[in-house]
Amino acid sequence: MTALQETVTEAPAVSVPSKKSMTVSLGASLIMLVLMLLIPLFVKNFVIFQLTMLLVYAIAIIALNLLTGGSGQFSLGQSAFYALGAYTSAILMEHAGINYVLTLPVSGLVCFIFGFLFGLPALRLSGVYLALATFALATAMPQMLKLGVFEHWTGGVQGLVITKPDAPFGLPMSQDMWLYYFTLAVGLLIYIASVNLLNSRSGRAMMAIRDNQIAASALGVNLSLYKTLAFGISAAFTGIAGALGAIVVQFVAPDGYTITLAIAIFLGMVVGGVGWLPGSLAGAAFIVFVPNIAESISKGLSGAVFGVLLIIIIFVVPHGARQVAYTAEALFKKLVGSKS
Amino acid sequence: MELFTNQVLAGIATGAIYACMALAVVMIYQAIDHLNFAQGEMAMFSTFIAWQLIQWGVPYWIAFVLTLGISFAGGIIIERSLFKPLANAPILTHVAGFIALFAIINSVAGLTWDFTIKQFPSPFGSRPFLGSQLISTHQAGMIGVTVVLLILLYIFFRFTRIGLAMRAAASLPESARLVGINVGWMIALGWGMASAIGAIAGMLIAPIVFLEPNMMGGVLLYGFASAVLGGLTSPFGAVIGGFLVGVFENLVGTYIPGVGNELKLPIALALIVTVLVVKPNGLFGRAVVQRV
Repeated sequence: MTALQETVTEAPAVSVPSKKSMTVSLGASLIMLVLMLLIPLFVKNFVIFQLTMLLVYAIAIIALNLLTGGSGQFSLGQSAFYALGAYTSAILMEHAGINYVLTLPVSGLVCFIFGFLFGLPALRLSGVYLALATFALATAMPQMLKLGVFEHWTGGVQGLVITKPDAPFGLPMSQDMWLYYFTLAVGLLIYIASVNLLNSRSGRAMMAIRDNQIAASALGVNLSLYKTLAFGISAAFTGIAGALGAIVVQFVAPDGYTITLAIAIFLGMVVGGVGWLPGSLAGAAFIVFVPNIAESISKGLSGAVFGVLLIIIIFVVPHGARQVAYTAEALFKKLVGSKS
Repeated sequence: MELFTNQVLAGIATGAIYACMALAVVMIYQAIDHLNFAQGEMAMFSTFIAWQLIQWGVPYWIAFVLTLGISFAGGIIIERSLFKPLANAPILTHVAGFIALFAIINSVAGLTWDFTIKQFPSPFGSRPFLGSQLISTHQAGMIGVTVVLLILLYIFFRFTRIGLAMRAAASLPESARLVGINVGWMIALGWGMASAIGAIAGMLIAPIVFLEPNMMGGVLLYGFASAVLGGLTSPFGAVIGGFLVGVFENLVGTYIPGVGNELKLPIALALIVTVLVVKPNGLFGRAVVQRV
C-alpha cells in the first residue's frame, strides 16, 4: 500500500490533508476555471441559473468545510446563517434601496457577529452536543423569521421579492449570465481566502484544535478565540452565500430555509470530502442536480434518494470526492508509470 | 389561579410526550453515545403504521400493540443493518448516518401516505376528565400511559436479568463482555426499545398535532431539550426533564407577553443552549471525566 492510499483509507473522517492535498494542482484549477468561465456562453438561461445556484451552494459548503474540516466543530445549523444573510440582503435592498453588491459585505458582517455570538456558548459544547445545539438553531430559524414583530421588515410568511439586478456598465449579457459571473467572482475570492486562511498561522491553530484540543491548548493555542473565530468566519461566508442565493432566486421566505437546507449543505460537504475544499464544488453539484433527477422519477422521492446515496457514500467512499480524486490520481500515475 | 392550574396540567400532559421522546433518545445515547436525529421520524413512521392498521379495521388497542411490536423489530433491523457496521466510525459518519435515516424515513412516509394532514383517533376521547374543566381525558390518558410505561421500564431495568445486562453493557461494555454479556445484542435491544417508546410518544401526540410526515420535528426538539435538561446519561432525568420542559413551555407561552405559539421552538433552542452552557451534564447526569 502506498503512502497515498494509506492517507485515504486509514485517516479518520475529519482527517488531515497535507497542505498540498487541501487543494488541487494549479493546472487542474486553471482548467476548471476556464471551463467555468466558458460554460455560460453555450447553455440556456435556466441552466445558467442552476449553475449559479451550484456556485452559491459551493460557497456555503466551503464555509462549513472551514468549520468542520478546519476546526473540527460540527454544525447542522448552517441554514440559519444562510437565512440570516439572505434576509439581511433582501431587507437592505428592498427597504433601504441599497445596491446588491454592497449588501454582501453587510450580510457577511451581520452573520459573522451572530456566528461569533453563537460560537461563544458553543465553546463549551463538543461533538454531539454542538450538533444538537446547531440542529435546534436550524429548526427554530424559520419560526423566528415568521415572527409578527419583524413582519414589517421580513414580510412574514409571504417573504420578500427582490428585483433582479441588470448587468452593469451596459455589458451585453443577460441578467442570469451576469449573476453567474458575479457569483463566480465572489466564490473565487472566498475560495482563495479560505485556502489562505487554512494555510495561515490561524488555520494551523484551528487544525491543531481539531486534531487534539488538549495538546493544542498545552502548546499555547487560544482555544476559545480560534473556535469562536472559526464559527464566525464560517457563518460570515455562509451568510454571503445566502445573500447571493437570495439575489439569484429573487425571493426570500421562511420556508426556504428549513432544516432540509442545513442537511443539504452538510450532505454536500460529506459528498465532497470533509476538509477538501475543491470537493465543495462536487458536493454542490450533487445537491443541486440529484434532487432534480430524483424528482423527475417521482415527486417527493428526493429525500429518499439523498438518504440512500448518503448511506452508500459513508459505506463505500467515506471520504467522498476527495477519495475518488486520489484514487483516480493514483491510477493515472500508475498508467503513466507503466508506459515509460 | 384556574388558568395557572390549567396550564400546569396541560404542560404535564405534553410533558409526558416529551418524556417519552427523551427516554427514547437517552436509550440510544446510552447504548452508542450518539444522539439519534432520526428518532422523531422513526416515531412518526410508527404512528403511520398504527393509523394504517386502524384504517384497515384493526381495533385501537390491538393496533397499538402490533405497532409496538413492528417498531421494536424495525429498530433492531435499523441497528443491525446500518449502525452496527458503523460502530467504530468517527462521529461525523454517525451524524451523516442519522441524517440519511431522517431523510429516507421522512420521504418514504410522504410517498406512501402523502403530506396531507390526517386525523388520528384518541382511545380516551376528548371529553373533560372526570367532569373537571381543567384537563381532557386524552391528556389524562397521556399522563397515565407514560406513568405505566415508566413503571414497566423501572421494573425491567431493576429486577430482570436482561435489564441488568443492558445496564452493564451501557455503562462498561468491555467488562460486560468479559462476564459473557452479548453487548452487540444489548445495543440492538436498546434500539428496539427506543423505537417502541418513540412509537408510544407518536401515537399519544398524533391526536393533538395531527398526523403528517413532519409532525415530529418540533416534538423531537423538545425531546432533545428534555433529555439534555435531565442529563443525557440518566433515563430518570430524561423523564423529569420532559415534564419540566412541558410545564415550562406552557407557562412561558401563557405569562410572558409576545411569546404565544410563535416562539415555542425558539424557547426549546434557548433552553438547550442555556442548559448545555450552565450545566452540561444536566440535572441528573453524571459528569464524565476524560483521561488525557
